[in-house]
Amino acid sequence: MSVTDPAAPGPRTAFAPNRLGRLGWIALVVYVIYAGSQLGFSAERFSSGLEHGHRFLVRMFPPSFARWELIYDGILESLQIAVIATFFGILMSLPVGLMAARNLMPAWISWPMRGVIALCRSFHPIIVAILFVKAIGFGALAGVMALVVASVGFISKLFAEAIEEISLKQVEAVRATGAGFLSILIMGVQPQVLPRFIGFATYQLDSNLRNSTMVGIVGGGGIGAALFTAYQRFDFDVVLAILIVIVSLIMVAEIVSGWARRVFQ
Amino acid sequence: MQVQVSSSASAPAHGDDARALVLRGLRKEYRAGQPVLRGIDLVLPGSGLTAIIGPSGTGKSTLIRCINRLVQPTSGEILFRGQDLAKLSGRSLRSARRRIGMVFQEYNLVERLTVMENLLCGRLGYVSAWRAWLRRFPPQDIARAFDLLDAVGLPGFATRRADALSGGQRQRVGIARAIMQEPDIILADEPTSSLDPKTSVEIMEILNRFAVERSIPVIVNIHNVELARRFASRIVGMTGGLVVYDGAPQGLTEADLKTIYGGENWME
Amino acid sequence: MTVATQLERDWQRFTPLKRLSRFAFYLFAALALVISLRTIDVIPEFLYDAPDQMTDLFKRMWPPDPSYIRPTLQGLIETLHIATLGTIIAIGLAVPIGLLAARNVTPNFALNLFAKFVFVTSRSINSLVWALLFVAIFGPGPLAGTLAIAFRSIGFTGKLFAEAMEEANAGSIEALTAAGASRSSTLLLGYWPQIRPAFWSIALFRWDINIRESAVLGIVGAGGVGVALDTALNLLYWDQVAVVLIAIFAVVVLAEIVVTSVRARLL
Repeated sequence: MSVTDPAAPGPRTAFAPNRLGRLGWIALVVYVIYAGSQLGFSAERFSSGLEHGHRFLVRMFPPSFARWELIYDGILESLQIAVIATFFGILMSLPVGLMAARNLMPAWISWPMRGVIALCRSFHPIIVAILFVKAIGFGALAGVMALVVASVGFISKLFAEAIEEISLKQVEAVRATGAGFLSILIMGVQPQVLPRFIGFATYQLDSNLRNSTMVGIVGGGGIGAALFTAYQRFDFDVVLAILIVIVSLIMVAEIVSGWARRVFQ
Repeated sequence: MQVQVSSSASAPAHGDDARALVLRGLRKEYRAGQPVLRGIDLVLPGSGLTAIIGPSGTGKSTLIRCINRLVQPTSGEILFRGQDLAKLSGRSLRSARRRIGMVFQEYNLVERLTVMENLLCGRLGYVSAWRAWLRRFPPQDIARAFDLLDAVGLPGFATRRADALSGGQRQRVGIARAIMQEPDIILADEPTSSLDPKTSVEIMEILNRFAVERSIPVIVNIHNVELARRFASRIVGMTGGLVVYDGAPQGLTEADLKTIYGGENWME
Repeated sequence: MTVATQLERDWQRFTPLKRLSRFAFYLFAALALVISLRTIDVIPEFLYDAPDQMTDLFKRMWPPDPSYIRPTLQGLIETLHIATLGTIIAIGLAVPIGLLAARNVTPNFALNLFAKFVFVTSRSINSLVWALLFVAIFGPGPLAGTLAIAFRSIGFTGKLFAEAMEEANAGSIEALTAAGASRSSTLLLGYWPQIRPAFWSIALFRWDINIRESAVLGIVGAGGVGVALDTALNLLYWDQVAVVLIAIFAVVVLAEIVVTSVRARLL
């Protein structure tokens, strides 16, 4: 067999082995095992857990709606919290998101605004709710304020990103007609971002509804309190009843969101 | 670079035309020391269609955009109807802009709005933001919009969304939008570069027709010399940031074209 | 101008039907808002008092207590493990179910529905509630937290994953099937290269969210830095609370940076 030409590039392989990729997958498996051991996973915990789980599930069925007035009041309050928080959250997100858009605003406005948005987003609404409860007392107000912060964080960020992705050429054409700043926003920017904005707003309504059912656990009003009390009393059948109501409510909200998106398409 | 500005003997005298656009010493440097416009002195006539030709990157687009200040000139004067456009800002700039219509290479319609709404954008310099938001434009504007749609050959298109139109149709809407402003001058930045040859001719015909019928001067950036020769009543040739030809289309010789585009094979 | 042409020339922004549905929606939204505002049980004094109370709270948080840094960091590491492991488990489960949910991969309507139902259930139950459930089953600790994160994330990642699969270009899949490729080959070589960027994007996105969620689970006993937070809160040691909050903020910002740079490199 003849010796290959030293100038040739070497044996021809069709697929270069993806060393980095394979290393990545191995690292993943190693991590899973490591983290699992750190967190105390073990076979016997699993099996005893499954036994517990079985007993637990048995106690949940059938769901008990015996205290339905309590559930009704709680769900109503959660709804109120979600609606009000979404409304004010959207309202505040409009100027905040606009000011955070780097293509429309100078840096000395957009960067501080982005910082504010990052702050709003960093903490889980539950944590924010705890702080508000400790500051201004138990009840729905703390829940509303916590969810307004969460809404502003979420909607403004996505709104700013949507604005940064618009075609500035369309805006330039509107500017060339002699329109003022507001008119440019209305006819040049808004038509480009509105559908996406409606998307985030409805998503946030959903999210606020989910969270409003939980802030009660830490004192922020709504059905979370009833849920937690039933849980601590081991009344798991009541817990299941409440969960069923919550899930149904969220499904209804998703239908409303779908309607909103279609109307404003 | 010292260049010979050649003008045709039959150039009409337009120095005292009250509707002319006068550029004096217009310079633009995007980066310091690298001027794109090296001091343009030009009198653009106040009637008819003027074509600006030249190779890419020579500053044609910058020149046009300096006029309505979409690009800020580094120095120089832009005199139009008794005002120096280069010095305006804020309210007065907006006022001036509404009298200047612009047609873009990529049409720049607001895609998600209907044709009618895009036309009404032409009136944004004249209505408040509130009315714009509620879409309560004066009925004369709406009537004018319908008439313009007929004039550009798009009757019945008012409620179609802009992104449902073909390129040629979009450009007609773009032209109609500019005319909606009832402008004193129309600037067109390579209006035919994104269109096929047949549609390009149609668009140039529309522009020319408006220029003549409504006595509005139209300044067109164009890189297709044939179209320029066919439709323009005046041609300005640029190269390297300077004007090298300013005269009637008939006077444009091969030698001039070589100067503008450089080299024997300027058509390749 | 004839009456007919005059009528045609009346420009309406919206068709009557659209206007009606927009109006109906505005009405509904306005009613919901007004009713909520009027019936919500808020004591006005609390509202006016709020700014003062908040400033008082912040004063008590400053300066943060350095002795609490160690327990906080230990909790944080546990939180990171919970978030990462939970996300990995979730994706491991979401991918097969997502394949069931994608209409172009699994044309069986019943299976699609089943998979979608699994996702909706997973998403509708808050991670905190999942945590409560798993604490009841497995006892307090990070195991419950990890499973809670995992089960909550299945719905989110699975739904987006299935949508990405459905948006895959049918042409290349067709070509592979026509060449006689098996199911698994089509999946690996036809779908996977197309949805890979979307997959990583979804995974990173959910991991980012899960870090925030994991930090809170400790409040109900499911491990992580939330436990440290809960202890400090119950004792009203606000300066210790401040340490935990700052730590959480720092981790979230770091995670954000990691995610953005990985995204920039991958996509």
